[in-house]
Amino acid sequence: MEILRVEGVNKSFGGLRALNNVNFSVEEGDVHAIIGPNGAGKSTFLNCMIGRLAPDTGSVMFGDISLTGMKPYEINQVGVSRVFQTPEIFTDLSLWENIMIPTMAKRDGVFALHAFKRLDQDKEILDKSMHMLEEVGLADKRTVIAGSLSRGDKRRLELAMCLSQDPKLLLLDEPTAGMSRADTNNTIDLLKRIGDRSITKVVIEHDMHVVFSLANKVTVLAQGAIIAEGKPEDIKGDPRVQEAYLGGAHL
Amino acid sequence: MFTKTSPALDLVYFLVFAAAVLTMPIWLAPIGAGYPDLLQKFAIFGLFATGFNILFGLTGYLSFGHAAFLGVGSYTAVWSFKLLGMNPIPAAVLAVVASGVFALAIGYVSLRRSGIYFSILTLAFAQMSYNLAYSVLTPITNGETGLRVLESDPRILDGGGATDGPLISNLFGIEMTGYAGFYFCAVVLLIGFFIAQRIFRSPFGIMLRAVKTNQNRMTYTGLNPRPYTLAAFVISGMYAGLAGALMCITDPLAGAERMQWTASGEVVLMTILGGAGTLLGPIFGAALIKYFENIFSAFNEQTLHEIFGFLPDFLEAPVVAVSGLFVGEGWHLTLGVLFMLIVIFLPGGLMEGFARIGRVLKRSSNKSEKSGSATAPAE
Amino acid sequence: MDVILLQLLNGLDKGGAYALIALGLTLIFGTLGVVNFAHGALFMLGAFCAVTFNKFLSLEIVTTDPTKTTAWGSPLEIRTPYIEVYFGDFGAWVLNYSVPVSILFAIPVMLLVGFIMERGLIKHFYNRAHADQILVTFGLAIVIQEVIKSMFGANPIPQSAPELVRGAADVGAVFGYDPGIIVYPYWRMVYLGFAAAVIGAVFAFLQFTTFGMVVRAGMADRDTVGLLGINIQRRFTVVFAIAAVVAGVAGVMYTPILPPDYHMGMDFLVLSFVVVVVGGMGSLPGAVAAGFLLGILQSFASMNEVKAVLPGIDQIIIYLVAVVILLVRPRGLMGRKGVMEN
Repeated sequence: MEILRVEGVNKSFGGLRALNNVNFSVEEGDVHAIIGPNGAGKSTFLNCMIGRLAPDTGSVMFGDISLTGMKPYEINQVGVSRVFQTPEIFTDLSLWENIMIPTMAKRDGVFALHAFKRLDQDKEILDKSMHMLEEVGLADKRTVIAGSLSRGDKRRLELAMCLSQDPKLLLLDEPTAGMSRADTNNTIDLLKRIGDRSITKVVIEHDMHVVFSLANKVTVLAQGAIIAEGKPEDIKGDPRVQEAYLGGAHL
Repeated sequence: MFTKTSPALDLVYFLVFAAAVLTMPIWLAPIGAGYPDLLQKFAIFGLFATGFNILFGLTGYLSFGHAAFLGVGSYTAVWSFKLLGMNPIPAAVLAVVASGVFALAIGYVSLRRSGIYFSILTLAFAQMSYNLAYSVLTPITNGETGLRVLESDPRILDGGGATDGPLISNLFGIEMTGYAGFYFCAVVLLIGFFIAQRIFRSPFGIMLRAVKTNQNRMTYTGLNPRPYTLAAFVISGMYAGLAGALMCITDPLAGAERMQWTASGEVVLMTILGGAGTLLGPIFGAALIKYFENIFSAFNEQTLHEIFGFLPDFLEAPVVAVSGLFVGEGWHLTLGVLFMLIVIFLPGGLMEGFARIGRVLKRSSNKSEKSGSATAPAE
Repeated sequence: MDVILLQLLNGLDKGGAYALIALGLTLIFGTLGVVNFAHGALFMLGAFCAVTFNKFLSLEIVTTDPTKTTAWGSPLEIRTPYIEVYFGDFGAWVLNYSVPVSILFAIPVMLLVGFIMERGLIKHFYNRAHADQILVTFGLAIVIQEVIKSMFGANPIPQSAPELVRGAADVGAVFGYDPGIIVYPYWRMVYLGFAAAVIGAVFAFLQFTTFGMVVRAGMADRDTVGLLGINIQRRFTVVFAIAAVVAGVAGVMYTPILPPDYHMGMDFLVLSFVVVVVGGMGSLPGAVAAGFLLGILQSFASMNEVKAVLPGIDQIIIYLVAVVILLVRPRGLMGRKGVMEN
């Protein structure tokens, strides 16, 4: 079943056409990678899906909800979470608090004025967030201030924050950018592990190692247009992809 | 930090604080601060700073216009005296409502921007209020003279007409001056502190801290930062309005100078000095600044000569001359210097300073223990 | 028409002062990335340079003239400024021109103040939050203000313009209006010319020197300039000192228009910030244009005809403009897109 459907999306910055009539759909349960050379429009594409940028034309449908024109927090509330290229976490707060916030957002909505409730008495939130920390292996660091974590742990925390909301769709923007090989592998393992939860994922990625160990479907973007789509094995061998992406060299 | 909180601990914390506030006339007497006028100021500005801290300390939005709410609260309180009577309760309630509405309007517009722009927007609104209070709003504010209660005012609940004594706010017969006035302010401060404590521990409080830390992550987590910040802004405006009302309850006169931006600067100073984002810090900072203002500014050359009398004469004269710059009229200078030192060396304020000292002490005691135990296995 | 011309002229000199302060503010913000709340205090310091200089020149030598007596029968005391005693006519000339001459005194003083301020304090705040910068410079402003207050007292100290330009010109007559309708003090004209000259000098400096080029590049893209291996730090100091001097001389020349007191800096600071915001953070032409624009707007708003329609508008016009600009066009009139637009 289709979970996300992008139709006829165009986006220009001044005279530069960043996205050219992009049609794209994601099947439920898939790990769908979007790859492409630098400047292919990957980030613009993601930003159009998540409400950070408004596409000039076209529609983004999530199930039967139209995401175009929705605010980022509204998009999140319908079940789409996003992981950023550089982990976006609450650096001044403890790890536990970092997880509690999305947990509460999921339960209480966009805004709730619980100014007189005690958070340390809210068993549901405490347990859920603690459980999530355990799942990603950060439970023993729960009182640590998030800003002091290593980059790999920050990424793990951000993932945990997204997962604590049980999203239907998870968008990952280069989740292993700037990571050491060990951290990259850890992140891949983690992503595979949460794959069991049947969360649909869209991954934008540079690193082919990550793409081929995670994705079961790949879309190739070049100069703002989709040039190929299919299973990873097919994409590997596609000459058009090699031409656009690698300048002809073999993968 | 989070794991340490519990309702029982907070209750103890609150009770200790309440006991300390209520016994201030006793334990502050030895340092010359045990008289009601000053104690009233401690409580009033403590409340003002506590409210300011809910906005600045938690969300990081630096408002340079909070004096406007203080002024609105003051004017509302005096109008309540004039129209309804000298009871402080309706005055306080109406002041909170009026300043809340005013804060909602200003906050709604100002919070469309953040950072310096927010600071300048709030400053602009406060300056506009101040200028208008001085000029065209004279029918409401009585301009430069200041608004006061007159014998001829209706005062419906009191029955109006002439009274025997001077017009002083009174709570069912208890006049709100002297110690009675202080205890009224102190109780209001305690209520304010209790609410602030609950906000700090609440889901709302943590959302405000999230606003300060990372608004981008917040929006992508399904939360809209704007209403959270606006709520904090309005709450802190209400605190300011209540503080303004207390000023008029202890002395029924409201003047526009209360709204000047230097007054806004003062509450920023108090909060930073004590420690923004901490519960006790702003109150501590407020008391310290008011103490400086009242006690320090009363120093003169005579008292300085007495203090430095032990020095040899050739030293005494220059020491007195230099320190003379910082006391009396010059206490603002002391304040400015202190303020700079805090921002430069101790951005967390005095509360952070205490925490650091505490940590150093702990470490040194730990070290001595460790070195004691470490020698044993080495043998 | 004559009224409009009059208000236009009235707004210009105030606008000149706003423009000069705002120019320095935005220069500092654009290159150093620092929000300087002590900039008004620098303006005030400049004004007090003029006061100090004048006081120094006015020190008097008391002689007695035994041939004359006062009404009380004691010998008449004659007080002569020593500078006239020692230097005769030249001394008298210097005293007469003490305000413009004190620029020569103010420039080194302000350079030094700027240098010390940047090296001693501002430097450490480049990487701190804007709120911290605001707070520490706000504290500094209080300190400067209080030091001046303890030295010169709280009352305004009037300074007089040189005799030659003490009167007022009947500008209206030049344009064919009846005499006495549009009268404009000479000194304000001098101030206007002076402001234009300083603004021109700053722009020329930035436009035509290598140093200025680096500064402009730094305003456009701070990170990249840092990567070019250019010693930004030293240039920052110079930029700050220049901004201090501009604010200082603006203060010196403003003394005959507004008798300086210790808190004049704060009054001008708030307005200058508004000017910077309206012009666009980090835009030098914007700061100048907005300075004059707001000065003129302010004088129009204080016309009785306008006040009759909108009571109190003269009190709030500048802030109102700032609010509207911030909400509608947060980058200001001439700010670059994307600068401080969140």
